[in-house]
Amino acid sequence: MTALPFLLLILAVAAGYMINRRAARLIRDGGSRLHSMTSYHGLFSALLILVPVLTFTLLWLVLQGAVIDRIMMDSLPNGVLDGLDSGGVQLVLAEIKSVSRGQVFGTPEDWKIAAAEHFVHLHQQADWWLVAAVSALSLGLLAFARTRVAADFRARQGVEGIVSGLMIFCSTVAIFTTIGIIVSLSYETWRFFDRVPVLEFLFGLNWEPQIPLREDQIAAEGAFGWLPVILGTIVITVVALIVAVPVGIFSAIYLNEFAPKRLRSVVKPVLEILAGVPTVVYGFFAILVVAPAIRSFGQSLGFDVAPNTALAAGGVMGIMLIPFISSFADDALSAVPQAMRDGALGLGSTRGEMMTTVLFPAALPGIVGGVLLAVSRAIGETMIVVMAAGLIAKMTINPLDSVTTVTVQIVTLLIGDTSFDNPKTLAAFALGMMLFIVTLIINIFALRIVRKYREAYD
Amino acid sequence: MTHAPAVPSRKATSTELVAASLKRRRRKQRRLQWIGAGAISLAFLMLFILVASLVSTGWQAFNQTHVTLEVYIDPEEVPAKRLPRGGFDDVLAASLGRVLPGVDMSDRKTARSVERILSNGAQFELRDRVVADPSLIGQTITMTVPVSDPFDQLNKGLIKRSTPEVNRRVKDTEIAWFDILAEQGAISKPFNWGLFTNADSRFPELAGLKGALVGSFWALLTCFLISFPLGIGSAIYLEEFAPKNKLSDFIEVNINNLAAVPSVVFGLLALSVFIGWFGLPRSAPFVGGLTLALMTMPTIIIATRAALKAVPPSIREAALGLGASRQQVVFQHVLPLAMPGILTGTIIGLAQALGETAPLLLIGMNAFITSAASSPFDSSTALPTQIFIWADSPERGFVSRTSAAILVLLGFLVMMNAIAIYFRQKFERKW
Repeated sequence: MTALPFLLLILAVAAGYMINRRAARLIRDGGSRLHSMTSYHGLFSALLILVPVLTFTLLWLVLQGAVIDRIMMDSLPNGVLDGLDSGGVQLVLAEIKSVSRGQVFGTPEDWKIAAAEHFVHLHQQADWWLVAAVSALSLGLLAFARTRVAADFRARQGVEGIVSGLMIFCSTVAIFTTIGIIVSLSYETWRFFDRVPVLEFLFGLNWEPQIPLREDQIAAEGAFGWLPVILGTIVITVVALIVAVPVGIFSAIYLNEFAPKRLRSVVKPVLEILAGVPTVVYGFFAILVVAPAIRSFGQSLGFDVAPNTALAAGGVMGIMLIPFISSFADDALSAVPQAMRDGALGLGSTRGEMMTTVLFPAALPGIVGGVLLAVSRAIGETMIVVMAAGLIAKMTINPLDSVTTVTVQIVTLLIGDTSFDNPKTLAAFALGMMLFIVTLIINIFALRIVRKYREAYD
Repeated sequence: MTHAPAVPSRKATSTELVAASLKRRRRKQRRLQWIGAGAISLAFLMLFILVASLVSTGWQAFNQTHVTLEVYIDPEEVPAKRLPRGGFDDVLAASLGRVLPGVDMSDRKTARSVERILSNGAQFELRDRVVADPSLIGQTITMTVPVSDPFDQLNKGLIKRSTPEVNRRVKDTEIAWFDILAEQGAISKPFNWGLFTNADSRFPELAGLKGALVGSFWALLTCFLISFPLGIGSAIYLEEFAPKNKLSDFIEVNINNLAAVPSVVFGLLALSVFIGWFGLPRSAPFVGGLTLALMTMPTIIIATRAALKAVPPSIREAALGLGASRQQVVFQHVLPLAMPGILTGTIIGLAQALGETAPLLLIGMNAFITSAASSPFDSSTALPTQIFIWADSPERGFVSRTSAAILVLLGFLVMMNAIAIYFRQKFERKW
């Protein structure tokens, strides 16, 4: 059923192309000189139909579900939804929908069955309205496009105008995405700060995002101070950097200066494999191999090791970041002008001394930029920590302890929760906002360093 | 100026100094080389351990222990008029009881534990066969069905017989039964097609990846259909047509920043905008694909721009000189030449999208769903979220399933990257 409007659209587009091209050909064969080639007349008609009708259909399909839900819920008999909160209303809606699909559990009330029938009816109606609208719109545009065929019609300019418009629209999608991120995060964050004071969030030392199940529950008020969460993030990031920075930089130094060409051509792609492994795989690796290894090693030394240590999560994240840092460091070292290498060698330094005293200091800003980008990756990395780090926020910097991170909290707060009106789910958006801001600042800063340094040597 | 005698001695000392220090300096350089080589070896070692641990735990999930039974479909237990209901589990247990000597099937407890040898899915398999052909009732048929997870583990040697009985999930008597079945040649270990043809299940021996593969397919298809045209359109505009002004710069900055935004933030965007405001369904691969498209678009834009830049200006000038319009130049000459590079970038972007997990978790694609999605708007899991679900499951059998699922995912990624490399090498032009 959803395929039918698209099928009609394709037919109309094809018909428009054929009809207009044929009309243009007839004019040409009649002896007049056409301004544009016949295929442009066809394309003009095709695009004139495709763009508005496709936009219309997609908008309709996106909005149809929500609108029908609204109409159906509004048509319910008076009083049946009284006393239900938004979650209860959602449940009723879900039940009516499942009844409408024929999945009946137990014996639903009569008004629910009636509503389900109404729901199915509305959907059928909407489908037919859509088909009718698509047909009417297509035919109208088809007829309009046909009237434009003339010897002196500038069909090519028309087509190019539409195509430019489409391309400009495509490039603004990036802007709309950014706006969407900022607006949605700020809106939900603002709602969160409506319930929890900003200062408590920013400077609170307790993170216990519970919401009361009953009114009289003890410790009903959750605590939403993000400092222990950000501290855990910092601990894991530091562990990851301790692993990744030395290994990445020394790999880059070796590859850039000392490795034989053939070895380099093998090693670089293999390191890229490490970068291409999905993070969920690293997460499983952390719980399958690294965490048990660290735990048994620590216990054999007599330490008390938590099952999900910051060390395991951070260490595995470090492995993930090695290729990231090494490729940035390699690029930075390669960007140092040959003259500086030659100068150092000409003054009698060994290749090692040239690297440590000339190349590395010269490449340092670029390397620092790369490390900063790695920091932002580590802060925003989600799956490894969701699987291998802890859930409980503690004020500790002991890497053998279990800590939690911003991303872990975002995921655990939102998994399986649908309603947007309690501080618990809204807290995830506040954390997401902080994450977005922090990584954005680090990224802008890092990219600026990298660019500035590249310009200095160009 | 009578310092002549001093000159040779000074010269000698400085050469000597250098010569003496050279050894130490060379040693320093070698040390640096060794540390570098060590760092690379460490990275390689980690990659090796990663792959080795996944293969060593995952390969066994590609086989599944089955037992072949002569099943007498007792009309007493399965009356034709009660179909599709019936005592299919009892029928199966009875057929096991017949081949196990000295087992008192009238004892309910013993009968229960005999029944536990078989997977919970066996009775449904039998039911489906009988419902499809009710004339089987009263006949004896041969069936090969999966055994339950503990016996599968036992057969694969993952449950050690040497473990004391109290710490073992299968009891000594059960092991004895299993050995009898093995002696009779009823136990087999064929390739586990169920891993690809079954959807998710609470029982490890029945759990498969079909739902996840279908979900990932829909999500990637949506992602491709959205991000490919949008990415190419915006790259062509920015590279070939955009005037150098504040707006173009702003768009560029936006694209570069989007490429570095943490993936979980895209998940928040999808949750609040696509699901919360637009009312799109939760857990749907379509929403997943939409989210992944926003993340893949910067990759495609950057790759496309690089590919367009690599086409030499002489091509453009020649076409312009022959009277082509600027759009004709781009769409008829530059774009076809840049296509291999664009496709390579797109495939690499899609490979990244295939492995992306966090945003899919936030839009609910980690639900427990036991059937494959038939459209992109049905609830579904995806390959990486399925891995996450299985990694979280406590049953022992899911450990090797998780590794197997990861191997499948890595297999797809290797394949996609191989295609990308093939494209690059086959069609790459040196100008």
